[in-house]
Amino acid sequence: MERKVIELDQGWDYMQKGITKLKRILEGSVEQFNSEEYMMLYTTIYNMCTQKPPHDYSQQLYDKYKDSFEEYISSTVLPAIREKHDEFMLRELVKRWGNHKLMVRWLSRFFHYLDRYFIARRSLPALNEVGLTCFRSLFFRQNFDTFCILIQIDKEREGEQIDKALLKNVLDIFVEIGMGQMDCYEQDFEAPMLEDTGVYYSHKASSWILDDSCPAYMLKSEECLKKERDRVAHYLHSSSEAKLVEKVQHELLVNFSTQLLEKENSGCRALLRDDKVDDLSRMYRLYHKIPKGLDPVATIFKQHITAEGMLLVQQAEDAASNQVILSFEFLFFDSQVLIRKVIELHDKYLAYVSDCFQNHTLFHKAMKEAFEIFCNKTVGGSPSAELLATFCDNILKKGGSEKLSDEAIEDILEKVVKLLAYISDKDLFAEFYRKKLARRLLFERSANEEHEKSILTKLKQQCGGQFTSKMEGMVTDLTLAKDNQNEFENYLSNNPNAHPGIDLSVNVLTTGFWPSYKSSDLNLPSEMVRGVQVFKEFYDTKSKHRKLTWIYSLGSCQLIGNFEAKKIEMVVSTYQAAILLLFNTSDRLSYSEIMTQSNLGHEDLVRLLHSLSCAKYKILIKEPISKTVSPNDIFEFNPKFTDRMRRIKIPLPVVDERKKVVEDVDKDRRYAIDAAIVRIMKSRKVLGHQQLVSECVEQLSRMFKPDIKAIKKRMEDLIARDYLERDKENANLFRYLA
Amino acid sequence: MERIDNVFYSYANKSSGLIDPEGIEALCSDLEVDHTDVRILMLAWKMKSEKQGYFTLEEWRRGLKALRADNVHKLKKALPELEKEVKRPTNFVDFYSYAFQYCLTGNEKEKQKSIDIESICQLLDLALGFQFRSQVDYFIDYLKIQSDYKVINLDQWMGFYRFCNEINFPGLSNYDPELAWPLILDNFVEWLREKQT
Repeated sequence: MERKVIELDQGWDYMQKGITKLKRILEGSVEQFNSEEYMMLYTTIYNMCTQKPPHDYSQQLYDKYKDSFEEYISSTVLPAIREKHDEFMLRELVKRWGNHKLMVRWLSRFFHYLDRYFIARRSLPALNEVGLTCFRSLFFRQNFDTFCILIQIDKEREGEQIDKALLKNVLDIFVEIGMGQMDCYEQDFEAPMLEDTGVYYSHKASSWILDDSCPAYMLKSEECLKKERDRVAHYLHSSSEAKLVEKVQHELLVNFSTQLLEKENSGCRALLRDDKVDDLSRMYRLYHKIPKGLDPVATIFKQHITAEGMLLVQQAEDAASNQVILSFEFLFFDSQVLIRKVIELHDKYLAYVSDCFQNHTLFHKAMKEAFEIFCNKTVGGSPSAELLATFCDNILKKGGSEKLSDEAIEDILEKVVKLLAYISDKDLFAEFYRKKLARRLLFERSANEEHEKSILTKLKQQCGGQFTSKMEGMVTDLTLAKDNQNEFENYLSNNPNAHPGIDLSVNVLTTGFWPSYKSSDLNLPSEMVRGVQVFKEFYDTKSKHRKLTWIYSLGSCQLIGNFEAKKIEMVVSTYQAAILLLFNTSDRLSYSEIMTQSNLGHEDLVRLLHSLSCAKYKILIKEPISKTVSPNDIFEFNPKFTDRMRRIKIPLPVVDERKKVVEDVDKDRRYAIDAAIVRIMKSRKVLGHQQLVSECVEQLSRMFKPDIKAIKKRMEDLIARDYLERDKENANLFRYLA
Repeated sequence: MERIDNVFYSYANKSSGLIDPEGIEALCSDLEVDHTDVRILMLAWKMKSEKQGYFTLEEWRRGLKALRADNVHKLKKALPELEKEVKRPTNFVDFYSYAFQYCLTGNEKEKQKSIDIESICQLLDLALGFQFRSQVDYFIDYLKIQSDYKVINLDQWMGFYRFCNEINFPGLSNYDPELAWPLILDNFVEWLREKQT
């Protein structure tokens, strides 16, 4: 049966009744739609859309659908909202939005048929979308809604209670109305909110920065940030968090960064000075997420450490220059104190870096640079490399760090090696260390072999195998020397004729490992000559191709002095023994006679005679009696000498080896620079001057910091030796000559 | 050609067949030029003479031919022109470098590579004095009081010329020791700057 055609007006009239009923329900009526009513409304639409033209009213119905909303919103909804204010307005908005969603749901059910075919065919927005868009375009034209939301937020910031749930609902509208996009939320709410936030905190910051101390300001900032995060959790959309935090950080921390950190009595410097660990940790937490935020903090940190370090150096320097250095021991004491204090400083600030600054590389770097500045200063004429080596010597020798446990010693050694990393003249340290190691080993003054080995392992780890290879060789030599000595003693017992008549023990050292010693032409006392000869015979049986060079200056000797009161055993150096033994043949000898007979030089002789006649034990009597030895003196054996002890040790003050060490190291450096230059030029063939210099410096930096002048000098030398030539056209370019 | 040779033999030593220092002195007096005059050095350069104080026949021929002189009178007249020629920038570097090498002593086997300070001072005065009087005077003062170097090599010699040409004097504002200037010049500049304060 043919359906009766529904005219547009007629059909719309019918629909209008339904819509009106819907409005009543929204306004609070308890009416409802039953299934039949719903079906009728739906079918009406269906029919009007499926009628044959010219009665297919899809387009018109679609338009009227939209108009229904516009009409309702403009006439009813907007006025209802606008007549209220503040919070009440927001509540009304939420209510009306709820209503609107309901209206959209119902109407789009009634008009559903349009969704099925019409909109797709014409690529038009779906009914749901149309409904929501209407609300959006009519309602969000004005911004005052956002304004009253912002007022609520600011009220909460000032500490007042607000209805968080309400705000959440309001903001949900912004999100929902985007229909999957956040543009409405972002443009209509978030942007003004961020701006308002900026203004709010800018204002706060300006007054806080004047009134508050740095720690107080930081505390407030931290709280503000926490509160803002809470705000996001409670009612803002999560996507706002990052932007909001950034805004707040910017106003509170970035804008006033300099004033805050540099605050006179409470800023970063003061906090470091007063060890305010908590405040500094807070500073780190606040600034570390800000790009480059930590840079000024790290700079102040570095300056602070440098100042502390320089103070220690200055104190040591003052102490050193205020004393007349009578003996090596004074300076030694101060250097001990200095190094210990530097270690403490290092421990202290390392703790800062790990506790306050979360091991951030920026702070490790700041600390490193600071230490590099003051760890390379000379104190009392001693380069820091020497001070450090002396410190190690004291720990490792007998009578040095007597009261410390093994663990404590290991710990100190570990820390000392770490300090070495900051010293640029590492080669100088190595040479001083080697010299002192030699003395410890040869005079049996090493406290503990394990510790000696341990520090070498640590040095090797830090500086590489080449750094420690010679030192390790020295230690090995001593071990082998013991075995060798046993064999020598066996040899003697098997060849009684060969016995030299004295107890002799010899350490054979491998030349390359040990520091260079000048061998002097000591006239060996006859008692010892045979001993040397016998050993040589023995040694030749072991290895045919080695040449032995005797270093008497390192030897020690036990003599028995036949004094009137009693015999006393004296432990002396070989040189001292050589002089004393001269008095076996003459009671009285002049300086020049001693010199001729012993064949020693002035420098050595003065020192030796002083130790035997002017120091604690006067084995010889000096004429004239005075505190210093001069070439006109006469010496006589002192038969009246005696001592409480039966065995005494007559020390020989150590010659200041600094000059020689520095000379030796300078010489090695010249070779090292030469080698580096040749190596670089050989591979690059042609290179500009500045680049050559900088590559050279880089290659050598592991061991020392080469002086630019020294590099230039070596280059000149290499040019003269035809390794390099200067380019004819470009004076700054150099060429390798094969 | 014959005339050139004849002039040569009039000054040459009969036994060695070379013009020796005595002969040069005689030549100088005929040219009315002092034998320490820079123009003799210029003449040597023109001849590409190898040994200081001696001219060989080949060198003599080379020089006089180039100067278009076949007697002493013409030679004398050619000197001003020669001077101008040498002073042209393109030639001067060559001349300056030549001056150094000319003064090196020693034979083929043991060729010296540097010249002692005293001789350098004289040579500087001769070769550069007219052009860079104040730089030369100061540098000579410095050379005499410094003790780092006892001799000067070619690289340092040429470096000084470059220095005179490129560096503002006495301001020294554009001198950069980080560049490849020879170390002796770095030290010279340091000394000068200290004097100026």
